[in-house]
Amino acid sequence: MRLLVSLVCALPLAAFAQDAKKEIEKYQQMLGEGSPAELWEVQGEELWKKPQGPKKASLERCDLGLGPGKVAGAYARLPRYFKDTDKVQDLESRLVSCMTELQGRSPKEATQRVFGNADRPAEMEYLVAYIVGQSRGHKMAVPNSHPKERAAYELGKKVFFYRAGTWDFSCASCHGETDKRIRMQDLPVLSEREGAQKAYTTWPAYRVSNSQLKTMQWRINDCYRQMRYPEPEFASEATIALTHFMAVTANGAPYRGPGTKR
Amino acid sequence: MRVLTFALALAAPLALAEPSARHVEEIHVRDFHTKGIVKREAVAQDGILRICTITNDRPPAALAQVLEADQLKTIPFPAGSLMGDWKRGENIAQSGRGMTWTDPAGTPNGGSCYNCHQLAAKEISFGTLGPTLLAFGKKRGSGADVQKYVYGKIYNAKAYNACSQMPRLGWSGTLTEQQIRDLVAYLLDPASPVNQ
Repeated sequence: MRLLVSLVCALPLAAFAQDAKKEIEKYQQMLGEGSPAELWEVQGEELWKKPQGPKKASLERCDLGLGPGKVAGAYARLPRYFKDTDKVQDLESRLVSCMTELQGRSPKEATQRVFGNADRPAEMEYLVAYIVGQSRGHKMAVPNSHPKERAAYELGKKVFFYRAGTWDFSCASCHGETDKRIRMQDLPVLSEREGAQKAYTTWPAYRVSNSQLKTMQWRINDCYRQMRYPEPEFASEATIALTHFMAVTANGAPYRGPGTKR
Repeated sequence: MRVLTFALALAAPLALAEPSARHVEEIHVRDFHTKGIVKREAVAQDGILRICTITNDRPPAALAQVLEADQLKTIPFPAGSLMGDWKRGENIAQSGRGMTWTDPAGTPNGGSCYNCHQLAAKEISFGTLGPTLLAFGKKRGSGADVQKYVYGKIYNAKAYNACSQMPRLGWSGTLTEQQIRDLVAYLLDPASPVNQ
């Protein structure tokens, strides 16, 4: 009898949870259809072509890995090793290199405001939106053959599973098991192909809760904030390695960003 | 001694391409900085997290026992009843605020319990990273032993499961003694919505 009562009580709740999940999926689908990210892409292209810095140069000769000025498909092949800097770089750190080399800006000036807000987005966010938009539909093909790329991948994997911070978390604490969620939010397993392909390919993204386009460096930064860690340095070796590990894991899937998120 | 030798052997890199555990920690300490209330030191590992990371959260049983006994010593169990006020406990379980670098110092922290656990049946927005705690007290009663276990588990979960993913909420300074007592009541009090 008691079992029956609890079954009867549990059923409408389970149905309600299912409905809520369906509503969220519908909302996400709606968000994916027309994206405010396109406005960022247009402004980013203008900034890409605008002469700036002491050298009064634009970024149009910037080499994102496919040769100077080649933007189409470049993001689907990042992070990668760059010979001129002798480093594995993600999109954002590569943009900083181009700002300093081509435009003559100091690294300090180029990185002083990399995360904007709804009232005043950052130059970096506009540029990132433009460049990643030029990889939409391109298959992820992030190289992992240069020794420094392989080292970044191995380090990134270690960073993913490293446990520390005020609350003892690693990335895997939340993104390590399938079909888990925080409150109602589903959590992709980013260390495995299926999860990485599903999630990595939708970032950077326009985030409705921030009314703004957010970059991958920001995504990682805000994860660490919520993990109760201290703050990672912008475009540090640890964050680039982590990005490289997730990007290589997502290889083979078409890049779908910049998407729209809750 | 055997435990120590084992831990040292594990600390060695498994393949040449893999960076050593020590190197990975050094990179973290170098690449993170203090912001707001969160100090850079928090990115370094203590002994237990170092072993959990190296063993993929599966330390050998003998080592786990030693680690758990060590963690148990960190828990200052208050004397007498550990049951606080379940109504206050509910607010603490619901709140996910506190301890991030954007939280001002001195604001009360939440326990973030619902982020990972199901508790009261009426709350359908719950996470699934931790086990369900639905009817926790109804199943176990609210005797002194159960109270003590729940208080200890919230204060330092690693005293009961060395590589538990649950934060050490008392040990880390997240929750106060009174807040943990209120959570004990939220889980165990027969009047609490958790047990309805």
